[in-house]
Amino acid sequence: MIFLADSPSWMITPVILPLIAGLLCFLFSRRTFVIALITALINLFVACLLIYQLLVFGTIRYYIGGWRPPIGISLRTDGPALLMLLMTAVTGLAITLYARGYFSYRIADPVRGSRHQHQQRYFWPLWMLLLAGLNGLFLSGDIFNLYVTLELIGISAASLAALSGKPASQRASFRYLLISLLGSLTYLLGIVFFYRTCGVLDLGVLQNTAINEPGIRAALALLTVGLLLKTALVPLHFWLPPAHANALAPVSVILSALVVKGSFYLLFRFWFELFAPIVTTSALNFMGTLGAIAILWGGIQAIRQQRLKLMVAYSTVSQLGYLFIAFPLSRTLTGVPVWSAVIFIALTHACAKSAMFMAAGNVYLHLGHDRIRNLDGVRASLPITVFAYGIAGVSLMGLPPSGAFIAKWMLLTSSIDSSQWWWALVIMAGSLLAMVYVFRVMSHFFVIPKRESLKETTPLSPLLEWPALILALIALFLSLLAPWLLHILSQGSTGLAQLFPGGLP
Amino acid sequence: MNSGQLLLLSILLSSFIPGIIIFCLPEENHRLRTLLNLCGSIVKISLILVMNVGIYYGHVFEIRIPLIPGVELLLNGDPLSALFATLSSVLWLLTTIYAVGYLEGSPNRSHFFGYFSLCVTVTIGIALAGNLVTFLLFYEMLTLTTYPLVIHRGTEKSLRAGRNYLIYAFGGGAVFLVAVVWLQTIVGPMDFSAAGFSPSYIDSHGPVLSLIFCLLIIGVGVKAALVPLHGWLPQAMVAPAPVSALLHAVAVVKAGAFGIIRIVLDVFGAQNLLLLGVLPLLAGVATVTILYGSVRALQQDDLKKRLAYSTISQVSYIALGMSMVDQPLAVIGGLVHLVHQGLMKITLFFCAGNLAETLGIHRISEMRGVARRMPLTMAAFSIAALGMIGIPPTVGFISKWYLGLGGLAAGNWWLLLVLVVSSLLNAWYFLPILIKAWFGKQQGEWPAEIAIGRFETRLMLLVPPLVTAVIVLVAGLVANAQISPLAWVRFIVQGYTL
Repeated sequence: MIFLADSPSWMITPVILPLIAGLLCFLFSRRTFVIALITALINLFVACLLIYQLLVFGTIRYYIGGWRPPIGISLRTDGPALLMLLMTAVTGLAITLYARGYFSYRIADPVRGSRHQHQQRYFWPLWMLLLAGLNGLFLSGDIFNLYVTLELIGISAASLAALSGKPASQRASFRYLLISLLGSLTYLLGIVFFYRTCGVLDLGVLQNTAINEPGIRAALALLTVGLLLKTALVPLHFWLPPAHANALAPVSVILSALVVKGSFYLLFRFWFELFAPIVTTSALNFMGTLGAIAILWGGIQAIRQQRLKLMVAYSTVSQLGYLFIAFPLSRTLTGVPVWSAVIFIALTHACAKSAMFMAAGNVYLHLGHDRIRNLDGVRASLPITVFAYGIAGVSLMGLPPSGAFIAKWMLLTSSIDSSQWWWALVIMAGSLLAMVYVFRVMSHFFVIPKRESLKETTPLSPLLEWPALILALIALFLSLLAPWLLHILSQGSTGLAQLFPGGLP
Repeated sequence: MNSGQLLLLSILLSSFIPGIIIFCLPEENHRLRTLLNLCGSIVKISLILVMNVGIYYGHVFEIRIPLIPGVELLLNGDPLSALFATLSSVLWLLTTIYAVGYLEGSPNRSHFFGYFSLCVTVTIGIALAGNLVTFLLFYEMLTLTTYPLVIHRGTEKSLRAGRNYLIYAFGGGAVFLVAVVWLQTIVGPMDFSAAGFSPSYIDSHGPVLSLIFCLLIIGVGVKAALVPLHGWLPQAMVAPAPVSALLHAVAVVKAGAFGIIRIVLDVFGAQNLLLLGVLPLLAGVATVTILYGSVRALQQDDLKKRLAYSTISQVSYIALGMSMVDQPLAVIGGLVHLVHQGLMKITLFFCAGNLAETLGIHRISEMRGVARRMPLTMAAFSIAALGMIGIPPTVGFISKWYLGLGGLAAGNWWLLLVLVVSSLLNAWYFLPILIKAWFGKQQGEWPAEIAIGRFETRLMLLVPPLVTAVIVLVAGLVANAQISPLAWVRFIVQGYTL
């Protein structure tokens, strides 16, 4: 068993397994949930195993088929990649359970059951494909491979967004698809420039080769624009709210919690590892400014929304801004790895936003609408959902002891240390905006409605409520795991600089 | 984990676990709920007493949880935290009994008592916090756990009050966070300690440190209701009476005042503050708050509103005491007022709740002759009100006496003036109530009287104010004894070199 646990070939499982599962889900449409659940469980197990391997052996590279770069394809693990993998695995498991509850509830509906049966049939294979794409993105060590995973993610995400079938969602998802393709094409163009200048695609080989040439600068610009389109940073965010808000509840969760994180992760890797030598301070400040605008604009829009799911979607726009505010501040972080603030925001947001979208989905299922004005009294009928919503909201506001608090602490320290107090102001303003939009809804939940307005509805299954609550609790108590997460993060993030570490003995 | 850590943890869990169980209990199961509440609070009081004895004999109670470099959660039992923890836990027990009686038959009780328990857990967390990060953690949690209580009635008015409460409290929290981070970037991570940080920083960062002090005081001043940050408090009066008691005497306002004490004594330290020269600022804010609160209280006809403005005024005595941090007597007066004000104010709120619940009386103009209908309640009310004015032998006199002595020792004649004027104002807004209640003639029916058994009101509503009123008298009479709030405060002050 020990021998098996040491094997580097585990690394390929998170990519291959969901691909196979997707195929199986398509073929055996009666057993989809079981297949997906087993996949999600194995995925989580492997993510933990890979972290164990990282802690024991350090960064591992795996060459598919034994071919070494520059010819072959390589996978590699390090701290940030594995934490993102773990994040995907944990939320992925919760989403799988939630989606099961969601479709069972919907299919039980006598009127529209068959339509949801149909949606479910396509949901599972697409979700598995998306999972494979995300895992591949986090593990790939090769810039072209990353393009393939981006395409996989983009196409399956856009198809998932279209599942709901309503006209609004079809429009939104079509726009999403086009934007996603545009982003991928821009990215591809960036690769072309890159390959033309450097002649290699493997990230490990490319490390330290980024020199200040026009070709490299153009490559960076193109890669950045492509990824920003997919990450929906203001002003490229216009496609996100309608696409996220009009999708089916489990799909909204997937899109908001995971998909945008994938492209952001790549962007951050490029800026702080591959292209770090040629990134200038003004470029970092530019990204930070866009992030600041995103925080404020997203927050204000979230406050103005009349529908719960749209509000949650705009909250995503706002929260993504925090990831970018970390750009100008990352270099002055003291005592912790450059990744730490970003990872804490990403992990907290993944868990908290999943919980929040699940809660919003539950409210929608329960009431049949999500108009914020008419949400009175939900607390009495859905106590667990409302509790999950509240805890998730607290985490998004960055109150202690949530993971976002740790990130906020680091960013504030960094901005005060380097006398860039304006970032600190934006960070605090963002938290207060989050407070307003979270509690605007919360206060409606707490209103005691008049008796006659309560109608009898089918109770929600535990599969709908508990995943939300558990994810929200994880987000809230994430800071207690901080020493452990920082330990993982410090493993191997610099290991990329070594060329050909030669795998395992 | 040693026994001291276990003790700290069980002190927190003794209300947290009942709270969580209460959330899961069905609404009708009020026997089990009451039992859990009472057991929890009795266990908590006993554990805290054990801790107090340990602290007195110099044992160390400490839990450290490192998060990231420079940030750790630290729970630490020191004499000051013992003072606040004891006050909160004792008053929590009485408030729980009162709330059980008060809310009998009203909806959503499991929800209410669940948050009630969480709220006291968090308050004890504030008491035990050993550094600013931990303090901030519990301080923000306090906002979250009290919010559902403030909006418990779910009416439009209470929602508006809740919204304002959140904006004030989280705004203060945000200012506080920035100040904490800023302070840490200058002086590095520090725990609460009697000395404060090293005075060498004052030479290099003097003005910035003064600014940070002001920001920290603004952050906690929101909860302590310092003028002009007090706006949320009178509005929050729409909450049920036990919640008002909790807000004013046990948890929220007290947490703010306690924060001021911590910042002055344990973060900056007396010497640093004297060097920085920011204390007159604190004294000025406290004076304005004391006088403004009293004047506004005069104008209120609504009994609970008058009490609310009275709180704003009275809590600032604590800040006033802290502003003379170089005078041990004034510090004693401020610290002991933390306890004394809690005892008196909770009595007043219990009594006001009894009047509203039993007779439907909300306004002072309706109180004519009410003492004949409810003699015990009004007796308790009178003792507490006389205490507020500062008439011996109540505890209120002790606080003012020490504050005055401290002011004289420092040669601050204006402080004496403030004390005299505010006492006169206190008398002006409390004595008419007493005169109306005892000597007035009942005019017509009571607004909404409910007939209740043998006593003037439900037993569970009657006992808590009587108990606190007796404590107000006794603690004043035996203030010089070995065991009294004053004795413990003297023990605290011994730990500081003022």
